[in-house]
Amino acid sequence: MPLVEVSHLVKHFTRGGGLLREASLVKAVDDVSFSIDAGETFGLVGESGSGKTTTGRCMLRLVEPTSGEVRFKDENILAFARARMRTARRDMQIVFQDPYSSLNPRMRVRETVEEPLIIHRIGSREERRHRVEELFRVVGLDPAHLERYPHQFSGGQRQRVGLARALALNPSFIILDEPVSALDVSVQAQVVNLLMDLQQQLKLTYLFIAHDLRLVEHICSRVAVMYLGRIVEIGSATAIFSSPQHPYTRALLSAVPVTDPDAPRKRIQLDPASVDRLASLKEIASDHFAAI
Amino acid sequence: MTVATDATRGPLLGVEHLTTVFDTARGAVAAVDDVTFEIGAGETLGLVGESGSGKSVTALSIMRLVERPGRIAGGRLLFKNRDLMTLDEREMQRVRGADIALVFQEPMTALNPVFTIGDQIGETLLVHGLATKRESRRRAVELLEAVRIPDAAARATDYPHQLSGGMRQRVMIAIALACKPSLVIADEPTTALDVTIQAQILDLLREMRSAFGLAILLITHDLGIVAEMADRVAVMYAGRIVETGPVRDILRSPKHPYTRGLLASIPSGTRGQRLTAIEGTVPLLGHLPSGCAFHPRCPDRFDPCTVSPPPDFAVGTGRLTKCYLHDTAKVAAGR
Repeated sequence: MPLVEVSHLVKHFTRGGGLLREASLVKAVDDVSFSIDAGETFGLVGESGSGKTTTGRCMLRLVEPTSGEVRFKDENILAFARARMRTARRDMQIVFQDPYSSLNPRMRVRETVEEPLIIHRIGSREERRHRVEELFRVVGLDPAHLERYPHQFSGGQRQRVGLARALALNPSFIILDEPVSALDVSVQAQVVNLLMDLQQQLKLTYLFIAHDLRLVEHICSRVAVMYLGRIVEIGSATAIFSSPQHPYTRALLSAVPVTDPDAPRKRIQLDPASVDRLASLKEIASDHFAAI
Repeated sequence: MTVATDATRGPLLGVEHLTTVFDTARGAVAAVDDVTFEIGAGETLGLVGESGSGKSVTALSIMRLVERPGRIAGGRLLFKNRDLMTLDEREMQRVRGADIALVFQEPMTALNPVFTIGDQIGETLLVHGLATKRESRRRAVELLEAVRIPDAAARATDYPHQLSGGMRQRVMIAIALACKPSLVIADEPTTALDVTIQAQILDLLREMRSAFGLAILLITHDLGIVAEMADRVAVMYAGRIVETGPVRDILRSPKHPYTRGLLASIPSGTRGQRLTAIEGTVPLLGHLPSGCAFHPRCPDRFDPCTVSPPPDFAVGTGRLTKCYLHDTAKVAAGR
């Protein structure tokens, strides 16, 4: 049984609207459905404006969806009242892209990591101190640096602090929204390895939101490709990367620069006219669907 | 084909022992440390490095646009056999834009939000006395057409915020090309863009390169972009060029442990396998380790690495690397 099941998720924003202009409706997320099995890493791929980040935020109700269902451990969390949702969030966490702006610059990192424990009234002061030290070690930081401020850490270390905070309440599900794209190339691999190690050790389930297709191919077992608010292709990573079916997926994959100087380069341009916006997902092969 | 004049002999740009420092409370720290490289006419050199490696400061130094507390502390910038360091500010301004043009990462901050894009392209031509007011309008539209902006005449009256990121970068390239420069310095020109838009901009740069015979200094952190665009590559780490050579040779058989580490850390191969990471972090300016700045992170370090910075060692045709692994005497002594 899946751990997370998103069905017919819709988020509309109204844009503009003023004295002289009529408001327009933006379908940021437009009838999106997918499910994530316990222990897997599910990749959500797309370019800016595709709705991948909004989808992630709707799943934690950081943004309230317009309609649809998000089932977590077989309960529709969109129906939860505030208090219930707060408890549910202990089990569902998010790590943001930019470790420079997602940590409070005025808080010592110890406070940042401890805060969720205080909010959820977990442990005594002494127990919390031990827990924070433990979390620091789990993410590969030196507990001697607990009293430092975020600016005293490098980008990679800050992302580890963000991760320690996300892990504080022992979640089973973490949304990783572009967790390494703000990091230097040589540091990205360290953080990716850490994410994979933690998944093993702590039996975590990940929703990995990213635009770096090389990385998604490497760490995700299943992938959904979003284009203009809809999932246009979904299936096993092997199927999507070895035989992409949707014209957008093909264009996206062909645009990724490869470091092999002798690799054949065949750029596929997306002809927007070739995309049938109303097509629904069709089964191409087992565990491979495309909206063509 | 025109007859070669004196000015076109030798490399188009020769950067020799360039050192750019920043004056801090604790003294001058070198962001660019004794950097030497060449770019031939029509050639593309990929300058690769991570944040803080000094690649952008190198670009600004070539344009002599480094601002206080930074300053160029030494070296020569030979452009068409003329040392740019000896030019006064007026002469230098004639070189900027007209001979060497700069394309930045973030077109939204490089463009002026209160002027139309047509005016901004036209202004470049006016400043360099290459067109009258009336001609500049027409040339602006031509340039927008050249960079494949659809419906160019109408778009010329748009303001930057009315364009998408990719379109804005096309406008930046149009401005860069306005005065027919022989060298374009492109500093992470596609980093802020989506991958499909990035592919279009790289295609455009390639097209412009052959149409205008441009030399390009392409600054990037992405070795994939280097593989697609560059003839030669220079890898920077902590202010120094640690490896340079033809792109294929370097990507196929990197000689410096840092280059090797960068290539190895790119995800490929078996799904779910651990990546080969470079341990540690990029050193901060002013806190460089002794000897080779890479040695604390280097899997191959040995005694000499911590003592003094390695000089260049020749490691094949047109290839240099700053690594003691290629100093046979030191390697033999270390055994």
